[in-house]
Amino acid sequence: MEEPFVKTEIRKDENIVYKRTDLLVDRPLSYCPGCGHGVVHRMLMETLEEMDIQDKTIGVSPVGCSVLAYDFMNIDMLGAAHGRAPALATAIKRLWPDKFVFTYQGDGDLAAIGTAETIHACNRGENFTIIFINNGIYGMTGGQMAPTTLPGMRSSTSPYGRDVPTMGHPLRITELISNLPGVHYVTRQAVHTPSHVRKTKKAIRKALEQQKENKGIAFIEVVSNCNSGWKMTPVQSNKWMEENMFPFYPLGDIKVDGKLVEKKETVVKE
Amino acid sequence: MGELRLMKGNEAVAEAAIRAGCDGYFGYPITPQSEVMEYLMAEKPHERTGMIVLQAESETASINMLYGGAGTGKMVMTSSSSPGISLMQEGISYMAGAELPAVIVNVVRGGPGLGTIQPSQADYFQAVKGGGHGDYKMIVLAPASVQEMCDHVKLGFDLAFKYRTPVMILSDGAIGQMMEKVVLFDPIPRRTEAELIKQNPWAATGKPKDRNHIIITSLDLDPAGQERVNLKLQAKYREIEKNEVLYETLGCEDAEYLFVAFGLSARICQKSMDLARAKGIKVGLFRPITLFPFPVKAINDLGKKVKGILVVEMNAGQMIEDVKLSVGCSIKIEHYGRFGGIIPTPDEVVYALETQIIGG
Repeated sequence: MEEPFVKTEIRKDENIVYKRTDLLVDRPLSYCPGCGHGVVHRMLMETLEEMDIQDKTIGVSPVGCSVLAYDFMNIDMLGAAHGRAPALATAIKRLWPDKFVFTYQGDGDLAAIGTAETIHACNRGENFTIIFINNGIYGMTGGQMAPTTLPGMRSSTSPYGRDVPTMGHPLRITELISNLPGVHYVTRQAVHTPSHVRKTKKAIRKALEQQKENKGIAFIEVVSNCNSGWKMTPVQSNKWMEENMFPFYPLGDIKVDGKLVEKKETVVKE
Repeated sequence: MGELRLMKGNEAVAEAAIRAGCDGYFGYPITPQSEVMEYLMAEKPHERTGMIVLQAESETASINMLYGGAGTGKMVMTSSSSPGISLMQEGISYMAGAELPAVIVNVVRGGPGLGTIQPSQADYFQAVKGGGHGDYKMIVLAPASVQEMCDHVKLGFDLAFKYRTPVMILSDGAIGQMMEKVVLFDPIPRRTEAELIKQNPWAATGKPKDRNHIIITSLDLDPAGQERVNLKLQAKYREIEKNEVLYETLGCEDAEYLFVAFGLSARICQKSMDLARAKGIKVGLFRPITLFPFPVKAINDLGKKVKGILVVEMNAGQMIEDVKLSVGCSIKIEHYGRFGGIIPTPDEVVYALETQIIGG
């Protein structure tokens, strides 16, 4: 009997141009098609593999869409209560100063219920990395208004659009924490185009490398989409993100080497 | 024989943590237990043993720091008092669900709400019945002296790691603040990272190539999976009930009546016993040391021998429910309590025995 898949013959080392990292568990992601989480997961895991620190890394996952991040990341991880990831990471890093420690959090988790934990971990200058996915909505619970929901933006708890006089302003927590002395590196990135993905990966690498120097928090915000929650197609949602999210959450470095960056990179369209 | 010192209960807790080989303490100031962190900060345990001490931004943060540290197999402790312990219920429930070992000291003050800073035992239900959400228990130790404040820290860590469960030391403002002599146990060296990894293969310590990744979580979205988690927890609690019951009896051999009291109330009842016996009333004292597991069988046995039981608590009647469940309805069981920070006098306890049990 003949082998049904003859193409296996061309799978030789010299022909491989891309290989899925072993640090991503081989199972389907629980994210909606079009969501940015999967890309950020991959960038993070590829970076750990390239730095060869799988055995030295402890991650903390949040409550939100990425609550199951530990199922996809092939490293030791702890699942935190809603918003508490920076408290867990504080203890882990202090008790294991030689490990690489990161939290992976969404906007509801980091900028609403976990605001105190986020700000105080940053202000103490804890030496771990925070990866903050901001899509302006509570995705997992079904599209409710988040602390980062834009003015006028619709969600299931702001069905007529976010009304700032009654619902308050969206919170630019990344700018807020960039002003804290314990924070060494702050950048805002995106993952909706290949060039943005590459920039995000570079930022992740920089943030993790920084942990070797004990200089304080490295904070990466990734402005992302939520096509399900925004009720758009993936393509529409990325366009909407560029037109609406990026003006309010401009991409680029905000603080580098402990110094605030004066001129911010604004909307990037490619 | 260890070192003899005159110490506050709160200081004894702190010194015992250092000596027990604790890796990290995370806390937030609240009266009447702030001496725990004050002592630790002054003592510089990092220089003595490598133990770290961190003042967190809230009790919510401290308990979640505990969760983080415990999830990596480290020996971690926090302390607080009633309102702070209420804030910690979230983390305690998560730790019970994720099966993480830690010692949590509650130096109880009167409630509800902001209440008072004076001693109370009104957190019995919260500690013993599971103050957070979900079906869980934690081991609850009730020290009645500064000596036990010290000893229960070591015992607490032993039990926490033996069963992978949070352990609460349920003390009160008087035991925490009063000074007594205490014999400190000899220091136990902190575990090395290699020892920790060997002893706690379940802990998230960084994934080497030759083992699967470890996930510390209390989440299982599959109901069948979550039921299995619950069944496992319940089996563990039955095992704890079988093996770890601790109690003390005093004058129970010839007793016709019985005081049942824990912690500070038991200290008061000792004096009440002397006063009552001087009057010819044959009364004994039963003091549960573990509140979970509760000494059901021992109280049931004694309940068959006495005419009546007075449960003395600095609350409105909490442990009495467990005493009644243990004994049944065969004899008279009454509660005597003061609350809101009032400590009953030995005389009023004797009066309660005479009026509520003997004459009642």
